[in-house]
Parts: sequence; structure tokens; C-alpha cells
Amino acid sequence: MTKKDDETQRVQYLLDIEYHYAAGELATRFFTELKEAGRIMGMRCSGCHRVYLPPRPVCGICYKELKDWVPLSDEGIIVGCTVVHLPFIDPMTGEQRPVPYGFAIIRLDGASTSIYHFVDETDEKKLRVGQRVKAVFREPRTGSLHHDIKYFRLVGK
Amino acid sequence: MPRRVAIISTGQTKHRAKRRDVNVRELITEAVTRALEEADIRMKDIDAVVIGNMEPFEGFLFPELWAVEGWGGYLKPSVKFNTGGTVGTTTAIAAYYYVASGIYDVVLAIGFEKQSEGHTQTAITTVGDPIWERAIMAGAVGNFAVMASTYIHDSGVTEEQAAKVAVKARRNACNNEYAHLQMPDITVEDVLKSRMLAYPVKLLDMCPQSDGACAVVFAEESRAKQLAPRPAWIKAVATAHEQQYMGDSPKRLAAMRSQVAASRRAYAYAGITNPRKELDVAEIYEVASFAELAMYENLGFCERGEGGKLIDAGVTEMTGELPVNPSGGVLSTNPIGATALIRVAEAALQVMGKAGKRQIDGVRTALATGYGGNAWTDVMILSRDL
Ligand SMILES: [Zn+2]
Repeated sequence: MTKKDDETQRVQYLLDIEYHYAAGELATRFFTELKEAGRIMGMRCSGCHRVYLPPRPVCGICYKELKDWVPLSDEGIIVGCTVVHLPFIDPMTGEQRPVPYGFAIIRLDGASTSIYHFVDETDEKKLRVGQRVKAVFREPRTGSLHHDIKYFRLVGK
Repeated sequence: MPRRVAIISTGQTKHRAKRRDVNVRELITEAVTRALEEADIRMKDIDAVVIGNMEPFEGFLFPELWAVEGWGGYLKPSVKFNTGGTVGTTTAIAAYYYVASGIYDVVLAIGFEKQSEGHTQTAITTVGDPIWERAIMAGAVGNFAVMASTYIHDSGVTEEQAAKVAVKARRNACNNEYAHLQMPDITVEDVLKSRMLAYPVKLLDMCPQSDGACAVVFAEESRAKQLAPRPAWIKAVATAHEQQYMGDSPKRLAAMRSQVAASRRAYAYAGITNPRKELDVAEIYEVASFAELAMYENLGFCERGEGGKLIDAGVTEMTGELPVNPSGGVLSTNPIGATALIRVAEAALQVMGKAGKRQIDGVRTALATGYGGNAWTDVMILSRDL
């Protein structure tokens, strides 16, 4: 316990909680495809024909069911990007993630929505919206979006 | 038809990085006491209480239970809200619903946060789905940076124009006795030279983390007229939520669908066709300097791509045509669970003519917004006219 003149007494405590989160049916199918075939799959809305990644049972915009799986490219474009310099705790491990690292919103060819992922570039002058990127896979694959795809690299690099 | 509802009083704490002189209950008590004194009422005059904060930040469940002494909730009807960054406006809008519905006449809304007691940037990563988004989360900063890059690409806005927003906020905050960051001498150069957090977002482009609380009292027409010399009448409320995942909206900041939808709905309800002309002041939940410029566009203060020009022309300065955040905004004060309610309180103070040194002359109509979670928006429009 510590206390300065204008402060009230304080108590320090630590919470260390382990969670086990269910991926659900659609994500399990997606990750099985990713692990076993190295394929990235989206789902097409039967109403507005948007192709969603991540997959989901219902389109939030037109409220129609999503039934059809469609293969997506492992290439796409940068919709937004940054180089993170702020030291930051990796939420999955509790360890500090090494900085700087490239971070982008990426829309894969064939998809209507985007995903957030790492980019193998830490010079902000070389990263820009509209650039093409390609997924770099990590072997062996385990069925995880941010493990199996190690990062995206700039196409032409 | 909903009943007419007004804000009759507000109370805020002195917001600081660390309010280690008080615990949560005492912090809430400070804000609630000021709000009750302002209206010259007692806790027995309050029919119901709505309260909100972000539980993962302090790390305790049922914060409203801890706060029973602080907000007088014992045996009163009450409900807690937690909607992320919007929690303060959600709380205000819920209080409005309660009174407008005719169920309660006088309702107290409370928002609070003691960010200094936990680890906000870590807690905020739990916004991200653990399977699809969590691993890549870089708190609020990385997230804003990628969205800002899209906005810069679309609008051509510059880092200098964003820095002007950061300067405006910290200078305005000097007129606000409750504000956390008051920086009278801050310059555009200071912002541009501050530490790079995630390109293009620098330290002084971002909001701080604050400890603080805010309380606002809502009342139906006859009680409002009786209790306040000049109540702030609520003309419209609107909320709009986004789709589930961060990448679902093509332009989460540059063309925030929820902000466009909610503001247009509220303007239509309030009969506003030209917000820049018809609003006299706005208190918006801007979070980062770049975000404020994008929000000028989303809220219809200017055309698409004109956000940078608006700040260059001084339109949103204290002396401009539509002052934005005379309080210093979120860039100066950010106790998250209270932040959006502070927007409502500050907008009400402007309408009631009680904003002290930060008062804009002749305010009749004011806008308050909340922003949070996955690009969710709340909007409230207040007016001097019933
Ligand atoms: Zn659809």
C-alpha cells in the first residue's frame, strides 16, 4: 500500500483470467478450410450479394441468410494502414509486441468487407491506401487467421 | 406523442489523470452533489436513476452497487448502461426516454470512470472478437491511425490541419474549470513534433485518459419550468449502430455510416436542414484530432472532403460560425464512461447560458454526440425554445 499527502490509501491486485471462446460453426468451417487447404473463404448474401469475411449466418444490412461459401483471393488492397510505434501488450499473450510494426485494413479480392492484419513494412512512406498486398502463409498451419497468415507483403516487393 | 423533456442542471468533477484523493463513490458524489445543488433539489426529488461506465477499465462487476451511496440509488428505480464510448449519451438518452414516456418526472443520469485504476488500452482490446480481431488490436491508437489514413486518402486533409484541432481543444479547455488538459501555449508545431504513436497519429493528436464523473438531471415540462430559469429542451435524440466487425464498414471514420444516419435522423426530427447555420454550438465526441475533421463532414457541417478547410477558416473556433467543443472536448478530458454525458452537459450549459468563460453568445440550439464501440453514434439536440 502506498500513499502521498493528497492521496488516499491504495491497494494493488492482479487479475489473471483464462478464457475459452467458442468459435461457432461457421468460423470452424472457415478455419478448417484455411488449415487443411490454405484457402480463405467468404460467404455470399442471398439478398444483396455482398461477400462477407468473416463469415456469419445473416447479412446485417438486408437481413437475408448467408448460405453460399465462395473462395477469396489471397491478394487484395490496402483500405487503411499505419505503422504502430506505441509499445503495446499483445492481447493474446500478455507480452509486449515488438515495435514498430505495419498494420492495415485489407480487402481481399472477391470480398465486400475487410479484415485487419499485419503488413511486412515499417516505413510509413512506403505504405499507402490502394496498394496491393498478398498473404504470406506460415507453416505448419494451425487454423488461425493471425497465425496461419503471418502477414501481408506489398505486391512487387 | 412523447412528453416534453428538458435538462435542468448538470454537475461535473474536476477531471484529472489520477483522482487519487477519492474513490469511485466519492467521485460520483462530487458530480451528483453539484447537479442537485445547481437545481436546488434533494435526492428525494429524483424519481429514477440511470448510470453508466466501462466496467472492464476498473475491473469490477456491478460498479453501480459500489456507487449506491454516491448516487442515492437505494430502493429507487435504476438501470445501468455499458455501451462503450457512447455510454454517457446512452445514459442521457435513456433518461430522456424515461421522462418522455411519462413513467418518471425527474431522472438523474450519471456517467463515471476512473481510468487510472486499471489498464484501459488492454481492456479496450476486448472490443475485438477473440478469433477474428483480437490478435491485431492495438488499442484505440492503432485503430484510429488506420482509419485516419483512409480519411487522409479520401479528403487530402493534412497533419497540420489535424494539429489545429488539437490546439483548439487544449486552448478552449483553459476556459473550462473542470477540464483535464489545459495548455494555453500549445502550438501546431508542438503537436507535429510530439511523439509518434501510430503514423499519422501523434501523442498530442490523441485524447488523454482521465478520472472523472458527470451528472445531469432531466425533468418533464412543468417540473423543468418550476426548477430551472432557462431549461435546455431536448429537441431530438437518435442512436445508430454499426455492423459487427471492424472491417464491415468500408470507411469507418471517413464516412461513418452510423454518424451520418443518426445525425440526419435527429436533424429531420428537430427540423434542421442546414446544421452549420442552424446549430449555434456543437459538443462532439472527437477522440482524435483527425476524427474531428472527419466528423465535420459526417455531421454535415461541410461537404465531403472539406473538413480541413473548415478548421483552416476558423469556422469551428470559439469565435467562428459554428464553435465545436468550447469545453476542450474529448481531446482535453476523457473519463470514458462520463465522456459522452459531458458532451450533453456542456451542450446544455451553453443553451442555459451557464457555460461561464467558455460560453458562446446567444446559443439557442446545440448538438451533442457520442461515439464508441464499433463506430456507434448517439446524437442529442438541445434548444432554448420549448
Ligand atoms: Zn445482404
